[in-house]
Amino acid sequence: MIEVKHLYKSFGDKEVLKDINAVFEDGKTNLIIGQSGSGKTVLMKNLVGLLTPTSGNVLYDGRNFVAMSKEEKVQMRREMGMIFQSAALFDSLNVLENVMFPLDMFSKMNYRERVRRAQECLDRVNLGDAQLKYPGEISGGMQKRVAIARAIVLNPKYLFCDEPNSGLDPHTSLVIDELLSSITKEYNITTIINTHDMNSVMGIGENILFIYQGNNEWQGTKDDVMGATNEKLNDLVFASDLFKRVKEVEMNKLRQAQANR
Amino acid sequence: MLILKYLNTLGRYILLMGRSFARPERMRMFLKQYTKEMSALGVDSIGIVLLISFFIGAVICIQMKLNIQSPWMPRWVSGYTTREILLLEFSSSIMCLILAGKVGSNIASELGTMRVTQQIDALEIMGVNSANYLILPKILGLVTLMPFLVIFSSATGILGAYGTAYIGHILSPEDLTLGLQHSFNAWFMWMSIIKSLVFAFIIASVSSFFGYTVEGGSVEVGKASTDAVVSSSVLILFSDVFLTQLLS
Repeated sequence: MIEVKHLYKSFGDKEVLKDINAVFEDGKTNLIIGQSGSGKTVLMKNLVGLLTPTSGNVLYDGRNFVAMSKEEKVQMRREMGMIFQSAALFDSLNVLENVMFPLDMFSKMNYRERVRRAQECLDRVNLGDAQLKYPGEISGGMQKRVAIARAIVLNPKYLFCDEPNSGLDPHTSLVIDELLSSITKEYNITTIINTHDMNSVMGIGENILFIYQGNNEWQGTKDDVMGATNEKLNDLVFASDLFKRVKEVEMNKLRQAQANR
Repeated sequence: MLILKYLNTLGRYILLMGRSFARPERMRMFLKQYTKEMSALGVDSIGIVLLISFFIGAVICIQMKLNIQSPWMPRWVSGYTTREILLLEFSSSIMCLILAGKVGSNIASELGTMRVTQQIDALEIMGVNSANYLILPKILGLVTLMPFLVIFSSATGILGAYGTAYIGHILSPEDLTLGLQHSFNAWFMWMSIIKSLVFAFIIASVSSFFGYTVEGGSVEVGKASTDAVVSSSVLILFSDVFLTQLLS
């Protein structure tokens, strides 16, 4: 479980995050949503330690990450996996070597065991056939799946995904969402996904944190989103005509059900 | 303000070197990277070093013969001055200036691209000391191979000079050999190697600094690459003055 307590982050005079409080639970896909520039990525960077909060705390199962020493943070990071918006695969390594990299750096396994473990993870993301290809030779969706395999190869406790569906077609986005959701359940990981893909929100949002202009605006589940009265949230989630219609239909159903009672 | 900016850059450079010169987390991975960098930065530069050195050696010999040689001077003077120029300045300083362009831009653009595509962030998230993993093998790889490049450069430059004697008939091979062997001081070769070690460190570390600290996108990577080459070249020339004074 990850707890964020009174987190503030400023760059010079500009306050980007203002008093963020949230709890991200184990075995759940926790989503951080918000418009571009709302502070989602800054929040995630604060969570993983790529940025230091101006004030506030981030607790990993009760351990205060912000107060840790540099060495303790390095140790802590070995319990984390991260999937970047651009996948961030190492260009000079092939798919198998990319997935093996964390094992090469931190595990005491021998070469055969490392290869076997990396192959297991690649099979888990259905990329067993692409082992010898280089990142430049595979599609964006495949790159994201390799990044997922690399992130889970050391059995992390916490998985962070920064806009994993960015630049992907709706079908591939669904595949990635399902993969992240099933991996979260399978390994009982605390997964935090930064997204503005509303399909993800409605599909895998078990715990959703909505950030608006750096403020903790709303928190709930995907089922709560349908009946949410927060205008800013509705403006974001139901911005497209398709989602507006879906909401209308759902609200009519709800009203009818209430009337029948 | 400008001094403050330079001091700030120097401070960040020193801090980055401090992070780079740490004990590698996994010796196996370090050796793998070290070998790869020796190949990419050193072995892959052999071709251009040989090509440039051959022609510059030939040109120096022709210039010496045409502009320095006179009836009042011994016939070996062209060979002698060619050797001294090659050993003392060309094979170390000028060759390193050329390599600052090739290797420096390579390092800066590679690390800069890794930075803007979040590959360095990915390393940091994994708990890897990215500066140590990426920069140290580059510095040690180039420093290891640079003396060999200097020796190859000197030897090929002399071959170029022989080319002018045998093919161009500018001077006789016997006179050239006499000049090349005249008052040979082995320390000059060592001086050349010592200077090249310092220059190799400058090229690899300064270029790594500019690449590693890129912020932005492709335009900034391009700018970092240019800055790396310019700064390395200026620092090489600057330190050449001190090293020549110190070692002569």
